[in-house]
Amino acid sequence: MFSRDNWKEIFDTIQKNKLRTFLSGFTVSLGILIFVVLFGMGNGLINTFDDFFGDDATNVLFVFPGRTSVPYKGYKSNRTIEFDNSDLEDIEKNLAMFVEYTTPRITRSALVKYKNESNNYTTRAVAPAHQYAEKTIMMKGRYLNEQDIINRTKYVVIGRLVEQDLFGSKNAVGEYLDVGGIAFKVIGVFQDEGGDNEERLIYLPYTTRQLIEKNTDKINQIIVGFKPEIGYVGAMALDKSLDRLLREKKHISPEDQNGFFIRNVADQLKQNQQFARVLQIIVAFVAFGTIIAGIIGISNIMVFVVKERTKELGIRKALGATPKSVISSILLESVFITTISGFVGMVIGIAILNSMGDELEDYFITNPYIDLTLAISATILLIVFGAIAGYIPAKRAAEIKPIIALRDE
Amino acid sequence: MIEIKDLHKSYKMGNNSLHVLKGINFTVDDGELVAIMGSSGSGKSTLLNILGMLDVLDEGTYTLDGVPIKDMNETKAAQYRNKFLGFVFQSFNLINYKTAAENVALPLYYQKVGRKEREIKALKYLEQVGLKEWAGHLPSELSGGQKQRVAIARAMAAEPKVLLADEPTGALDSKTSYEVMDLIQKINDAGNTILIVTHEPDIAKMCKRIVHLKDGVIIEDEKINQVRASSYVQ
Repeated sequence: MFSRDNWKEIFDTIQKNKLRTFLSGFTVSLGILIFVVLFGMGNGLINTFDDFFGDDATNVLFVFPGRTSVPYKGYKSNRTIEFDNSDLEDIEKNLAMFVEYTTPRITRSALVKYKNESNNYTTRAVAPAHQYAEKTIMMKGRYLNEQDIINRTKYVVIGRLVEQDLFGSKNAVGEYLDVGGIAFKVIGVFQDEGGDNEERLIYLPYTTRQLIEKNTDKINQIIVGFKPEIGYVGAMALDKSLDRLLREKKHISPEDQNGFFIRNVADQLKQNQQFARVLQIIVAFVAFGTIIAGIIGISNIMVFVVKERTKELGIRKALGATPKSVISSILLESVFITTISGFVGMVIGIAILNSMGDELEDYFITNPYIDLTLAISATILLIVFGAIAGYIPAKRAAEIKPIIALRDE
Repeated sequence: MIEIKDLHKSYKMGNNSLHVLKGINFTVDDGELVAIMGSSGSGKSTLLNILGMLDVLDEGTYTLDGVPIKDMNETKAAQYRNKFLGFVFQSFNLINYKTAAENVALPLYYQKVGRKEREIKALKYLEQVGLKEWAGHLPSELSGGQKQRVAIARAMAAEPKVLLADEPTGALDSKTSYEVMDLIQKINDAGNTILIVTHEPDIAKMCKRIVHLKDGVIIEDEKINQVRASSYVQ
């Protein structure tokens, strides 16, 4: 079966039947190629989901105020809910066993000027703990600290791109910025993995913002960082306790869905991980379908090849070819072609995945890759099924009486 | 060389059965050149196919070179065909993607003859049919007569005991037919046993014996004086 002579005969046949070789090779290559690329992209999609929450802390609850929709305890509905500084203290006091830190976030847009450069930026008035919630990374200078809060300092921490826009190559730290008509001193520059928008933010002490706004104690949003060790169950318990606390304090009906909102990152993360898992199953299903389609394709071609060769096989049999030699030559030919083209398809697919890299990040595909073992297994699967698919028509062809095969035109 | 006794063969066509050969008794000795004649449907090709083990008989016995041909599986039949028989067909049946030399060498491949020796032998037989310089050509580049000569060279390459030719001149014009018959006569002169199925009387007259078949039985079996094809060939 493996003598040099047999292989020579097989190579001859392959070389002299280029179209046939090309067709079956192409089917297999394409099948594997699509499988590898599709699966790799699926993995890329999952990577994106994993990264999605990578730039923010996951042990965080965001609380947003809203408007009541149910009358309660003598209060009318459609009442605007506002948070103030005492809410921060109450949360820290009452939920001390869960809470690691709290920080307010007051978001305002402001025209920011430095010498001749100016632009509109979003400012966030926050407490020092905000750095952990947003996973802000300091490049130079420092972040806001407790002293800044107490002294209501006119200090700002600016994003990397703010510095780049306004200061060019100059060092911003120590310089004074005009933020909405008031001069602030830049004390630090940060970067953030959350993307460009996150690096165009300006942070200032929330007490300073409150002072500017007629010495109010109102705050927009509350961010509650909880201890990571309480886990998912603890986070859900905190979510509930926080809800009860705020409802009681703000006199909001337990049935009211709109008084305020709690965004639980841990819960969302879990949901997203589940979504990613479903996505992975779908991708695996589609990729499996591609392999099945490839198997059907190669089977069809094998049936066609054997049909096309019926007469030739009849001639060979008349000249003394045994059924075994007929089957083995057809099978070896098909296995040889599928092996070579399968691996070619696989290598091209992997090369495409590698060359894509992060170019498709806009389409939520990050770092697409395929496990090499999986790619090789899929290729081998296709080869094996190609051989089985080839064996059946080959065996039938070998059993046709030569006289019938010779009559075939 | 060939001995057939009370041979019957019928084909099933749906519910009907077509009785093609109805008791043939027939012997061929070493070195004979026999023409099997008959109109279309007389069963002459069926007889040749059974002789060539391309088809199986229903009843009767068939002995080839002292070996009873009976209950053969495909593998055994293939080996016997390879060893005992050479085929020449009306439609040449050359493998179209192989050159003349490769076609001639093919039966030797199935005899497990080494590659070098195959090439030498193939060229030798091509030379015998006068086509040595066409060895590297594909069948599509050859004329009908040349193709049939390649087919004869291929049939001879395996050095068979019997050469079976089914209408070897059926697809050729008369001049080319005589050239092919001249070649067949020369091969016969060298001592080979040859059976030819034909419906052309002038071709049959170039053999040494004519067997007439009609409706599945032999109606006439006569030895004749051979007409040499060389007298028609310049």
